[in-house]
Amino acid sequence: MAETKIQRPLSPHLSIYRLTPTMVMSIVHRITGAALYFGTLLLAWWLLSVAGPAGQFEFANSFFASWFGQFVLFGYTWALLHHMLGGIRHFIWDTGAGFEAHERQFLAIATLVGSVTLTIVVWLFAYFLRG
Amino acid sequence: MRTPLSKVRGLGAAHSGTGHFWLQRLTAVANVPLVIAFLIIIVSLAGRGHAAVIGKLANPLVAVIILAGLISILTHMRIGMQVIIEDYVHSEGRKVVAVMANTLFTFAVGLVAIYALLKINFGL
Repeated sequence: MAETKIQRPLSPHLSIYRLTPTMVMSIVHRITGAALYFGTLLLAWWLLSVAGPAGQFEFANSFFASWFGQFVLFGYTWALLHHMLGGIRHFIWDTGAGFEAHERQFLAIATLVGSVTLTIVVWLFAYFLRG
Repeated sequence: MRTPLSKVRGLGAAHSGTGHFWLQRLTAVANVPLVIAFLIIIVSLAGRGHAAVIGKLANPLVAVIILAGLISILTHMRIGMQVIIEDYVHSEGRKVVAVMANTLFTFAVGLVAIYALLKINFGL
C-alpha cells in the first residue's frame, strides 16, 4: 500500500522541553532496559562455558576477570539495579501515588542515588567474599 | 465512538486489550526477587573455580531459581523491546522484521541458557 504524503503539523518534540530529572530517568530506564537485553548474551555464554570443558570455562572466566570484563560487569550491575529501582518507581505510580512535583523529583533522584549505592555495595560484597 | 460490542470485548483501539501491559507488570513483579536471588548467586561465585561453580548451579534450589528467572526476565525483555521497536521503527515491513528478530533472539538466548543449565544438572 502506497504511503500518502500529506504535510500535517507536528506536535513539539524533545528538543523544545527543558531537561528534568524525571525525563532523564525515563530515558535512562529505556536505555538500561535495552542494554540488559543484549547483556543476556553474556549470561547465556557464561552458563554454556560452565557446562563445557574446563578450558572453555577458564576462557570465559579470564574475560570476566579482565579489566574490560570487570568494567562491563560493573556497568551491567548498575544497569540492572537502576532498571529495577525504576520499575519499583513505576509500581508506586501504578497505585496512583507519587505524582506531585516534589514526589516525582524525589523518586527520580532516589532511583539514581539508590542504584549507584547498591551497585557499590554489591561489588564490595563480591570483593570481600571472593574465593 | 465505541459500540456496545466493542465495550464488552474491552480490546480498545489496538485490538489487543491490556494483556501486554499486564504481562509486563506481572514479570516485573516476579523479576524483583528473582534478580536479587541471581545477584546473590553470582556474587557468591565470584572468583570460584569450575568445580565450585558447577556444584552451586547443580543445587536444585539454585537451578530452579535461575530457570524461573530466565523465563520471567526473557518474557519481560521481549515485550519491552517490542515496545521500543514499535515506538521507533515506523516502516511496516521493517517493524515486522524487527519484532520477529526480537522474538527469535529471546528464544535463542533462552534455549542456550536452559540447555546449559540442564547439562550442568543432568548431563555432565
